[in-house]
Amino acid sequence: MPLLIKNGCITEDTWQPVNQDSGHATHDQVATLEQWQQLADKNGSAVQLKPGESPAALYDYLDQIALVLVNFPAFADGRGFSYARDLRERGYSGELRAGGHFIRDQLTYLKRCGFDAFQLADDKALEDALTSLEDFSEHYQASIDQPLPLFRRR
Amino acid sequence: MYVYDQYDQKIVDERVSQFRDQTNRFLEGKITEAEFLPLRLQNGLYLQRQAPMLRIAVPYGLLNSLQLRKLADISRKYDKGYAHISTRQNVQLNWPALAEVPDILEELAAVEMHAIQTSGNCIRNTTTDQFAGVACDELEDPRPYCEIIRQWSTLHPEFAFLPRKFKIAVCGTEQDRAAIHHHDIGIELLANAQGEVGLKIIAGGGQGRTPAIGSVICEWLDKKHMLTYLEAILRVYNQHGRRDNKYKARIKILVKAMGVDAFRDAVAAEWTAIKDGPTTLTNEEILRARAFFKLPDYEILDGEVASAQLTEQTVQNPIFGNWIKRNTENHRTPGYRIVTISLKATGFAPGDISAEQLELLADLSDTYSFGEARSTHQQNLVLADVPTACLLEFWERLQAAGLATPNIGYLTDIICCPGGDYCALANAKSLPVAEAIQSRFEDLDYVYDLGPLELNISGCMNACGHHHIGHIGVLGVDKKGQEFYQVCLGGSQAKDASIGKILGPSFQQADMPDVIDTILSTYVALRQEEETFLDTYRRVGIEPFKERVYASAN
Repeated sequence: MPLLIKNGCITEDTWQPVNQDSGHATHDQVATLEQWQQLADKNGSAVQLKPGESPAALYDYLDQIALVLVNFPAFADGRGFSYARDLRERGYSGELRAGGHFIRDQLTYLKRCGFDAFQLADDKALEDALTSLEDFSEHYQASIDQPLPLFRRR
Repeated sequence: MYVYDQYDQKIVDERVSQFRDQTNRFLEGKITEAEFLPLRLQNGLYLQRQAPMLRIAVPYGLLNSLQLRKLADISRKYDKGYAHISTRQNVQLNWPALAEVPDILEELAAVEMHAIQTSGNCIRNTTTDQFAGVACDELEDPRPYCEIIRQWSTLHPEFAFLPRKFKIAVCGTEQDRAAIHHHDIGIELLANAQGEVGLKIIAGGGQGRTPAIGSVICEWLDKKHMLTYLEAILRVYNQHGRRDNKYKARIKILVKAMGVDAFRDAVAAEWTAIKDGPTTLTNEEILRARAFFKLPDYEILDGEVASAQLTEQTVQNPIFGNWIKRNTENHRTPGYRIVTISLKATGFAPGDISAEQLELLADLSDTYSFGEARSTHQQNLVLADVPTACLLEFWERLQAAGLATPNIGYLTDIICCPGGDYCALANAKSLPVAEAIQSRFEDLDYVYDLGPLELNISGCMNACGHHHIGHIGVLGVDKKGQEFYQVCLGGSQAKDASIGKILGPSFQQADMPDVIDTILSTYVALRQEEETFLDTYRRVGIEPFKERVYASAN
């Protein structure tokens, strides 16, 4: 089983990949947005967003979705950071996973935007990547993991 | 000026450690070139033609004497004994070694400096009026708001991988010395009908390949909403700005594509979700920021006596008098003047300053100007609080160090990027063009007779030399491997913002002094009474200039 970082620990991924070209996804698969939209029962479902796919499509089901996987096909494409914050600020509390080609040096930013799971392209890099989560112990801005900006805490 | 507390220091220190680790991993081959690129850029590090270039942040241009001395030290120890003031009020080193950059950053952190976000596709150093806090025409000091923006934008988790770079400028005067109409976001402190000072927000200005003047997105915003409103603008941009073509990725393209009204609506929709949230500024935070910029302990001086004495000195010493006239400004406190130190002596790259000169300015600022200095986006330095009675001795010390060039705001006060001599992005050299023009126009009487004139030179479309907004702009272009120069006329960075219009086909480097000469003599022949170059250009248009320049070229 593939590995990922979840809530600060390395664990096995229990979700199944999906055939992107298949018309339908099963309930244990991480569906593409299009496949997910066709799911009759969205309770406990998993969906992936690509850059350009607005999280607005998920707003009505935030309390039902179990996993949102935000894909970073290129690590320099930062749209996923805003998608994550948007989903969390609207009350989504399920797993929010970053996948694709981001790099470990982005982990603190991703975490602060509300991601709690990280699937790196290379499983073997996870151990080293864990240390990057600790790069900073203080921040100026409000974020998902620290709702008060520094100026309200100084 | 702002002083770090334990939080600021910790963030900067942790950033140094992070970058040291990243650099080590790169040198060990554990990070690819492509992955290291944005990491080093977000720490101000470019790999250039000759060596890496390190761009050090000078938040809104403010430096203290300790920092000036540290910059002198660093330039001696890690570089070739000089530094360069950039058009974003930052300081650049042209010759550091990659492996030593973490050490440089550590030394900078010891004097509350860093290189965070001086490059890369993120929010860059916020800039402002170099006369902030001392200008006679200022409504309110913009620097507390710049500092609040600096903190908010530093390592912002959501906006570190934007479609493209993002620049913010703030000014507190109607006159606008911060070029706010030419920034991704420009902010003007402005009173509403009730006399309450708030913020006018302009978005979508910029230079580069497609220059644009910003559009007013909000006429007046309560200051407490500054950060949530900026955040809403950035969110719209981060999600919808183009990422398929880097030349179409700036916010100006998005604003144009959506239309100003639709863009404003999109910002409003994002803002509704976060307005009044925890990022809303508190009164305490605004007061805390303002407390760092309170007036220094000015002596109570008799302004009239000081002026009379100065007049007498200038009569006795006309060279000093000339420098006073060209390089100093009225101060809002009687008995003080604002001094601009020209880094535009002929024979030196515009904006370059030696370690010895940096140290002299540190000494002068300690003795005469409360230990502070400012860098300007015109690539000069300002000592803002010099007692009028001390100006003569002050000038004598500047003169001995080659820092008394009396040309602020005139033709030879050229804004110029480092260009093809240093920069890997450049299409053409810019420094030799600046020097050839300065050498041609050494007759100061002629230069003064031309009146206020801004000549800006960029070595490529990225427009670091602000060529679009110079009254005369020069752009280096590459034509089949040969360096040519395009000229534009009529740009303005001020309140009456405009973008220069291209004169016509480009010229060879050797012809540039003649071309500028023809443009200037055309102006002199056509001007009426007290008209400036820009006034005359706006009255007669580009045609008379075009006719004469291309007639004499043929």
